Amino acid sequence: MAQIKSLADLKALKNSIHEKMDTRVKGNKDGLVQVKVAMATCGIAAGAKTIFNYIMEQADKKGLEIVLSQTGCMGYCHAEPTIEVTLPGKEPIVFGHVDKAKADEIMDKYIKNGELVEGIIPVNYNTIDK
Amino acid sequence: MAKYKMHVLVCGGTGCTASHSHEITDNLKAVLRDKGLEEDIQVILTGCFGFCEKGPIVKIMPDNTFYTEVKPEDAKEIVEEHIIKGRKVTRLLYTDPEKKEHVSDSKHMGFYKKQLRIALRNCGFIDPENIEEYIANDGYAAVAKCLTEYTPAQVIDEIKLSGLRGRGGGGFPTGMKWEIASKNHADQKYVVCNADEGDPGAFMDRSILEGDPHSVIEAMTINGYAIGATKGLIYIRAEYPLAIHRLQIAIKQAREYGLLGKNIFGTDFDFDIELRYGAGAFVCGEETALIHSMEGKRGEPTFKPPFPAQSGYLQKPTNVNNVETYANVPIIILKGANWFNKIGTEKSKGTKVFALAGQINNVGLIEVPMGITLREIIYEIGGGIKNGRQFKAVQTGGPSGGCLTEKHLDTPIDYDNLIAAGSMMGSGGMVVMDETSCMVAIAKFYLEFTCEESCGKCSPCRIGNKRMLEILERITKGQGCMEDLENLKNLATVIKDTALCGLGQTSPNPVLSTMNNFWDEYVEHVKDKKCRAGACKSLMQYVIDPNLCVGCTSCARNCPVNAIQGEKKTPHVINAEICIKCGTCIEKCKFNAISIK
Repeated sequence: MAQIKSLADLKALKNSIHEKMDTRVKGNKDGLVQVKVAMATCGIAAGAKTIFNYIMEQADKKGLEIVLSQTGCMGYCHAEPTIEVTLPGKEPIVFGHVDKAKADEIMDKYIKNGELVEGIIPVNYNTIDK
Repeated sequence: MAKYKMHVLVCGGTGCTASHSHEITDNLKAVLRDKGLEEDIQVILTGCFGFCEKGPIVKIMPDNTFYTEVKPEDAKEIVEEHIIKGRKVTRLLYTDPEKKEHVSDSKHMGFYKKQLRIALRNCGFIDPENIEEYIANDGYAAVAKCLTEYTPAQVIDEIKLSGLRGRGGGGFPTGMKWEIASKNHADQKYVVCNADEGDPGAFMDRSILEGDPHSVIEAMTINGYAIGATKGLIYIRAEYPLAIHRLQIAIKQAREYGLLGKNIFGTDFDFDIELRYGAGAFVCGEETALIHSMEGKRGEPTFKPPFPAQSGYLQKPTNVNNVETYANVPIIILKGANWFNKIGTEKSKGTKVFALAGQINNVGLIEVPMGITLREIIYEIGGGIKNGRQFKAVQTGGPSGGCLTEKHLDTPIDYDNLIAAGSMMGSGGMVVMDETSCMVAIAKFYLEFTCEESCGKCSPCRIGNKRMLEILERITKGQGCMEDLENLKNLATVIKDTALCGLGQTSPNPVLSTMNNFWDEYVEHVKDKKCRAGACKSLMQYVIDPNLCVGCTSCARNCPVNAIQGEKKTPHVINAEICIKCGTCIEKCKFNAISIK
């Protein structure tokens, strides 16, 4: 182990560990964009895992601070993979048929600027909590 | 390396460890390995989450899912359901006691909503045995800032401006303490961390050392730089093996990374830390006794002055601070004194960690801003009194403190208000009591503790407390007289005024405060020979109601001392002289014929 001999050393080490802790640190923060990927059997079969990994990679590259988590079946089996995006203080919006291009579009437009994009599945249910 | 998609945090505090949290971790890792997920999911053993009532705790990030009372065999279900299929394991979620609903994540739990975790910021969040996780969360950035940007005097000014006061009980301003030590010149000075946590029920220092040991190491280094000391000592009780183990790992890692030792951060500042083990004597939490114990002498206090800042360990200037005080220091340096001094009340800044115990639903460790009310702590964070009973009192400050009652429920809690209410902050134990607690018996309990822990050096404490205890024993046995109450009060006042150290001077507090708040109960014990709480055994009488007793002989057959007489099918009678009041007869009677009078 190289010893830490300056502030720069400490910062370099901190940055190198950043990746390892990132998911946890973001989960702990308030007010971040929440992105949930439906990862039930049909979602995974339709490519949800690939999309999950893609969003994880790309969000960092685009400098977006998001909390990315997986969730169970959302019920939109006709439109898998589906992702739900919640901007702070706003109602969640569900996007269907998300491929890599769509994921990019959602990140670049909706998450970055709040601009709506095609592919929204209208809310047709009530939730029991809140 | 790729990012982990999920983090599974398992509580590795002493309480959860005792409930097999290590096995839970092993099982989780094994299942993840079986499923080929070890690259995607990280399992970490952390420090205490504070919610000890429902341990062991498993928290999943980033969604903050909070699983309670997890068993090792639940690991498979957590992985298969939550981690693979994204479905929460509902039966393991926390259930809100009032709404009877499952709470999906910790951000929606009443227990956490009102908390502000500064000293406990990393507890339950990072792996305490991995220095890199601490560094990733701004660890050692504060000491770097001090060494490279601040002069020692500037560090002291920052701590003074923050308004931080000692969290071990007395509440002495930390910055002022550092300043005094910095002004005394010597060839060698010492920084000492007081980890001799001894109040019954208090375990915040242990939890910090178990969950975030590096924060204390970093703060001691800052302290050393500020006062010009190159040696640090942590006085920790040997009863804290897990805390000691984690401290040893942390010190070793800090040395390997060059964060302890010579030329820290490339400057000419050297600092290193050693551990000193205490044998678990309460008086050794008093700083002069602590220093004597570290020197290998008897753990007895000496008169102040000289203060340790003038002549402490090996007669050198020594600064002693408590664990929780230290845990606040790095974040004050990083976020600035003006961030810290906006939290809390006018004279008590920041937060305080309390150990909630007793007749309360959510037993555990909480950290709240100064100025919060008892009502908020007990009813909102603590979830109210157990079994729907009535709140009677809360004991704060341990054997040095006193009781707060219903009339104090809305008093903002800080150092000065607690003293005004006849109690004290102490190290932060909070024992909540309901109507089944006898206040005379509580006072007796704490006095038994101080009698046991008195070092015996000064007579007021050694003899006076013993006499007080004898009086209390008489009263709880129904042999007290009104004169006893007068004597008790007089003795208490004399001991307070004349004892040598903090232990003796504060030992009568539980008696005085219960007498002030519950005088009626004392009088009842003496005059009516009654204990309304039903806690003083000698004052209880077990009586069989002849109208309800059918003479089934069940009680007589089960009485361990044969105190119950009577013919079959005729009402039985309890001989009060033989009865040991064990309660077996009440348990065995199917006709509710036996009651306590």
